[in-house]
Amino acid sequence: MRAARPKAALAAVAVAALAVAGCAESDRGDSSGSTKDTLIFGVAGDPKVLDPGLASDGESLRVARQVFETLVRPEEGGTKVTPGLAESWTPDAAGTTWTFKLRSGVKFHDGTDFNAEAVCANFNRWYNAKGLMQSPDVTAYWQDVMGGFAANENKELPPSLFKSCTAKDATTVDLSFTRVSSKIPAALMLPSFSIHSPKALEQYQASNITGSADDIKYPSYAMEHPTGTGPFKFKSWDVANKTLTLERNEDYYGNKAKLKTLIFKTISDENARKQALRSGDIQGYDLVGPADVEPLKKDGFNVLTRPAFNILYLAINQKGNPKLADVRVRQAIAHALNRQALVDSKLPPGAKVAENFMPDTVEGWNGDVTKYDYNPEKAKQLLAAAGASNLTLRFHYPTEVTRPYMPNPKDIFELLSADLKAVGINVQAIPLKWSPDYLNATTSGTKHDLHFLGWTGDYGDAYNFIGTFFDRPKDEWGFTNKALFDQFKDADTTADAAARTEKYKALNKAVMDFLPGVPVSHSPPAIVFGKDVTGVKASPLTDERFATAEFKS
Amino acid sequence: MFRFIVRRLLQVIPTLFGLSILLFIWLHRLPGGPETAILGERGTPEMRAAIRRNLGLDEPILVQYGRFMKRLIQFDLGTSTSTKREVTTEFLQRFPGTVELTVMAMLIAIGLGIPLGYLAARRRGTIVDHASVAGSLIGICIPVFFLAYVLKAVFAENLGWLPSAGRQDPTIGATRITNFFVLDGLMTREWDAAADALIHLILPGLALASIPLAVIVRITRASVLEVLGEDFVRTAEAKGLTESVVRRRHVLRNAMLPVATSIGLLTGQLLSGAVLTETVFAFSGIGAFLADAISQRDYPVLQGFILIIALVYVLVNLVVDVSYTLIDPRVRVR
Repeated sequence: MRAARPKAALAAVAVAALAVAGCAESDRGDSSGSTKDTLIFGVAGDPKVLDPGLASDGESLRVARQVFETLVRPEEGGTKVTPGLAESWTPDAAGTTWTFKLRSGVKFHDGTDFNAEAVCANFNRWYNAKGLMQSPDVTAYWQDVMGGFAANENKELPPSLFKSCTAKDATTVDLSFTRVSSKIPAALMLPSFSIHSPKALEQYQASNITGSADDIKYPSYAMEHPTGTGPFKFKSWDVANKTLTLERNEDYYGNKAKLKTLIFKTISDENARKQALRSGDIQGYDLVGPADVEPLKKDGFNVLTRPAFNILYLAINQKGNPKLADVRVRQAIAHALNRQALVDSKLPPGAKVAENFMPDTVEGWNGDVTKYDYNPEKAKQLLAAAGASNLTLRFHYPTEVTRPYMPNPKDIFELLSADLKAVGINVQAIPLKWSPDYLNATTSGTKHDLHFLGWTGDYGDAYNFIGTFFDRPKDEWGFTNKALFDQFKDADTTADAAARTEKYKALNKAVMDFLPGVPVSHSPPAIVFGKDVTGVKASPLTDERFATAEFKS
Repeated sequence: MFRFIVRRLLQVIPTLFGLSILLFIWLHRLPGGPETAILGERGTPEMRAAIRRNLGLDEPILVQYGRFMKRLIQFDLGTSTSTKREVTTEFLQRFPGTVELTVMAMLIAIGLGIPLGYLAARRRGTIVDHASVAGSLIGICIPVFFLAYVLKAVFAENLGWLPSAGRQDPTIGATRITNFFVLDGLMTREWDAAADALIHLILPGLALASIPLAVIVRITRASVLEVLGEDFVRTAEAKGLTESVVRRRHVLRNAMLPVATSIGLLTGQLLSGAVLTETVFAFSGIGAFLADAISQRDYPVLQGFILIIALVYVLVNLVVDVSYTLIDPRVRVR
């Protein structure tokens, strides 16, 4: 009797399995075919939304760059403004209205036509945003570039830079702005200004962000129906398997993608991405650890180094320790740091010491600024002259984070703090978790004296770097310098490009004389592909185009 | 039995209610909020304040709790501030992965642990016993993430036998119904998809099984040793029962009660997510997602997930209690 039980149980399981097997239908198509036209790329995080107008995280934008296109785009592998959906563009005499000549014969993924009306539908959608769509986390880049909206619901928002859009004919569109800004047209290359199909925007109610307070509901467009003009079309987002699949746009107007399928697979752990590449589970990944660059190259993997388009800086808070308001103390800190040693020992190959708070590939960079070479003796003298020989500073550094400009914060902290100690500055180490503790502590309040932070440029414009840091009073730096702030405003509103570049050069000089902090380094981040993958060009803006990727036969 | 189960389920309600209050207070007392993680380096104090306003985080905590409870009663757990999807959707996408991984790990742990522990006890003092005890000690001591990297280096990188990351090969294009990938493959008769999902479970399952396996070996061994010394075993042997009957009916069955308790506890623990294993194997489960939610201060996800996990824990323990009666009919539930 007892012996029969296991058999009965087995029989029951078999019957149940058969019953289950008959109860659902497979809905997949033919998955056969060569996998050599499918590339799986490992990324560090899931995208947040598929509507780049509502995104600010790198992974959402990476997907958007394959699915959507913008009026202008960065040159492949660089930051210069080149044609995108617009073939040419010219400003009027005042510099406030820009006329864009659009490509003809372009279709959205839903088969509708791309034209001037579509461009205006998109700009008007962003400009007329209401309610939760005006939240800084929802339309981050619009607010960063354009300031506010047609009707600002938050009184702290500045007036909008964007004024209106006019479709003059099917392929000519005028974008008008309320004032001259150095951001235009470069900022329009941001994926957040991607042009969507107006029909799809309406069909899937793309602007309908509902809900309230802590229960914001996003429209299905942002999660399931991104519709652009790019070389890849959105196919599926399998959250349970952490993969997002794109397929080739067979009706693309330009050179069609060489890959049939492009899959982004989230592998948050850096080592796990490396192991997945080595074991063939993926054919490329981003955010390669500096220590892995050489071993991967040696093993034949295709490691691409992006031109450095970032800055790591040591920030000095003048509202922290009162001695820091004395420029001699800040100069002493700059002379105390052996930045070259840091670059040589802790940053990836190709990194270099920063002389400005922006990389030298951006117009307005100035090689003729005050330089603060490594000189501990001079640092000690300056400290003594300022009566700050026995200075104690609270030095914050972040934990549990790596950024492209800062691959190993703890190592960087240890080197910099050793340099400071060597000139007699007592360092009080304050390690904090990157999010939210570190970011909160260093960008608000007055309890921080020193910390490091950085920035990766969004587009090739000086204001996007130095303007972001120094164009207004910020708790991060703790100073008010009206002359400097006015100088920024003047440069940003100068219509003539050559004159503007000169003004940014002057600004870089002024910043390095005032020395609100110390620019430390520019680090080139790396991206890697499998041994048999070619065709991708590394971009300083992380604007890698997978349409040109292919497998070597 | 039925009344017992119903009563136990009803007891869950005040437990969850109390937990929700504690959670709410604890989470909202953590320094910082979701706005910092959302904005990153870009954030200014004004932008952060605007987001707090939008998320309703500037309102009194009682108002926020009231809103949370109102939604909870309607089985609405809110929307994640980091992924912008509903918390319930997130849970249903990720929990099946955790369940599959738990089942795999526990099958390995139980399938190897009980025979090994039993064998070690029966052959006490021999090489088998020493090897089992030493092996289980190593199992407890070895860090899971280290074991995971070693397993991957050997079986994925060098030998290429098993995949190193994820739950399924995305090129298969499997149909999703329940998000239990193995089950979905069986239901849709996509046998390759089911087999592939199963293969993806082996390495993370092995890594995750190391600690439960070690615990089960040790508890089984100790428990069997204790029972072997009991009078009734000697009596059973003396009255001439065959060794296998004594072993099965008298020794194993009586030794299983503490083992069942520990299996229940271990399973409950694994079901609340295995952060390291999930991270290292890029396995979509609730553990790594919850860890991220803490650093992002994603209150809706933290509140929702922890409440559901607590409920699951209670249910698993209920199943264990019921299983006592099957193992030992002398145990009666009241």
